[in-house]
Amino acid sequence: MEIVMAFVCGFLFMAAIYLILSRSLLRIIIGTGLLSHGAHLLILTMGGLGGESPPVLGEGVTDYADPLPQALILTAIVISFGVTAFFLVLAYRAYQELGTDDTTKMKGSEEDD
Amino acid sequence: MINFLLIPILIPFFTGMVLIFLHKNVRLQRILSLLALFCAAFMAFLVMVKVKNEGIQSVTFGDWPVPYGITMVADGMSSLLVFTTFVLGFFIVWYGFESIGRGREQFFYYPGIMFILTGVTGAFTTGDIFNLFVFFEVLLMSSYLLIVLGGEKGQLRESIKYILVNVISSALFVISVAYLYSVVGTLSMADISVKIAEINQPGIITTIAVLFLLVFGLKAAIFPLYFWLPSSYGAAPIPVLALFGALLTKVGVYAIMRTYTLFFVHDVSYTHKLLLILAVLTILAGCIGALATFNVKQIIIYNIVIAVGVILFGVAQMNETGLEGALFYLVHDMIIKAVLFMLVGLVIYVTGTADLRNMGGLMKTYPALGWFYLIAAFGLAGIPPLSGFVGKLLIVQGGFEAGNIWSSIFLLASSLIVLLSVIRIFIYAFWGEEGKRITIEKHRYNRMFFPTAVLVVISVAYGIGSEWVVPFMDNAAKILVDPSIYVDAVMKGGK
Repeated sequence: MEIVMAFVCGFLFMAAIYLILSRSLLRIIIGTGLLSHGAHLLILTMGGLGGESPPVLGEGVTDYADPLPQALILTAIVISFGVTAFFLVLAYRAYQELGTDDTTKMKGSEEDD
Repeated sequence: MINFLLIPILIPFFTGMVLIFLHKNVRLQRILSLLALFCAAFMAFLVMVKVKNEGIQSVTFGDWPVPYGITMVADGMSSLLVFTTFVLGFFIVWYGFESIGRGREQFFYYPGIMFILTGVTGAFTTGDIFNLFVFFEVLLMSSYLLIVLGGEKGQLRESIKYILVNVISSALFVISVAYLYSVVGTLSMADISVKIAEINQPGIITTIAVLFLLVFGLKAAIFPLYFWLPSSYGAAPIPVLALFGALLTKVGVYAIMRTYTLFFVHDVSYTHKLLLILAVLTILAGCIGALATFNVKQIIIYNIVIAVGVILFGVAQMNETGLEGALFYLVHDMIIKAVLFMLVGLVIYVTGTADLRNMGGLMKTYPALGWFYLIAAFGLAGIPPLSGFVGKLLIVQGGFEAGNIWSSIFLLASSLIVLLSVIRIFIYAFWGEEGKRITIEKHRYNRMFFPTAVLVVISVAYGIGSEWVVPFMDNAAKILVDPSIYVDAVMKGGK
């Protein structure tokens, strides 16, 4: 199972890097979304996919999944959620002010302003 | 008091929360933030003295035993850096009163500063690798706010790149932590150190070490990964630039120092050799950049890159002299970069341009500014009685002890280029014909100049009084050389 997950993560990283290297700002943000999905799945996989029941104490639960990676992912998800929200609003503002979403056109020095 | 070492981190955190509610009242915000930073600096000083007298302080949240809870550790290095951070924060905020502008002050500039300081000091103090990630995000989120606040075109354009680079490096950090967790099965730094020593660093750990170098190198701007720094920092307003230049890359440097002296010390011939080569290339790249530009901000920004290379060169030696030198130079560089950005900011405010070719003749009208700039420039280059000397001396000495003769000589030669790059500003801006000038009210100028001058005096005192600093540095460097002191103190402290 870990092998399959490793391939899934690798595919997500591949797609993310392809999108981040593109021109359009929105594609780049979609790329960062895929990148964080890949990273979160990787934590889950690297913690080991063993265990039969969820890590909730209940009657007769002895073989449970590793709870630590789940806590790490939860933290990483909200952080990347916050950053993505900020990034999207920034992209919207930049589109309003600069009038383009093409990153190759977003260059220039202070003298240009 | 067991939670004593947390107080310097909690003060800016709670002040930041309170300031959010007071965001329309600029006067109250100014008073509160200065007061809070003063208290935090004072408490950080007490923590530093306590660490020196009683050894490493650590506290594990919630009374859990050590590897299971989150530990905060104040050892020599981190308490020293926390103290420096608050002192610099105090003066930069003071400087910002007259230069940041009322619009920014009403839109959460001060809470941003408070939270960035929380993140920086938290990252210096934490003893848990995932908690380090969280504190990195705290400081990065606040830095996103500060870099884009104001919404000028240049800021919007550059902050997109800044955020993108940091989002990618954060994802890489998560990935590296995942790999490390799958190998050693723990997140507490002390415990990771023990576990890696037990399995004697197999190849996979060396791979992870390089991955961590990639992550922290992106934050610290080492050689192939510094591409984002010049343009992003160039877009920020001057007080924010001073704060970033003094603190943000140094957190990355600290993280490299911590991981490369605590975790990855069993395959030094590969990891530290790599670090050495990258450090030399970083210095080279910074030197080229600093000489190539006529923009005063960019010259100092490229000097950040050079300094990062110098510090990491000291770390790569992996002997006590080199590491002590790296610490000396790290603290010196935090102070001097803040000073230089503040001085250069003043030059930009009185000339109204950042281009050296349009400046000239400032010495007649602003002699004090000229002399203070000259002192700071000499301090940066490491002229003996000033602050940059001791650190670089020890680093080069460490380099010779470790047998890296040629690269140490290269390091010495690079100091000349550093001196040339900053003296160029002096020659162009202060000597010669009268250049561009805009009128700036005298009292406004004075209120910006005063904190800058005090900080220059502090940097001179740091150089002259290095005898008094030595005991703190010795104390900190011992732990860096021998990770078992750190591990023992943390493991014992939690039980």
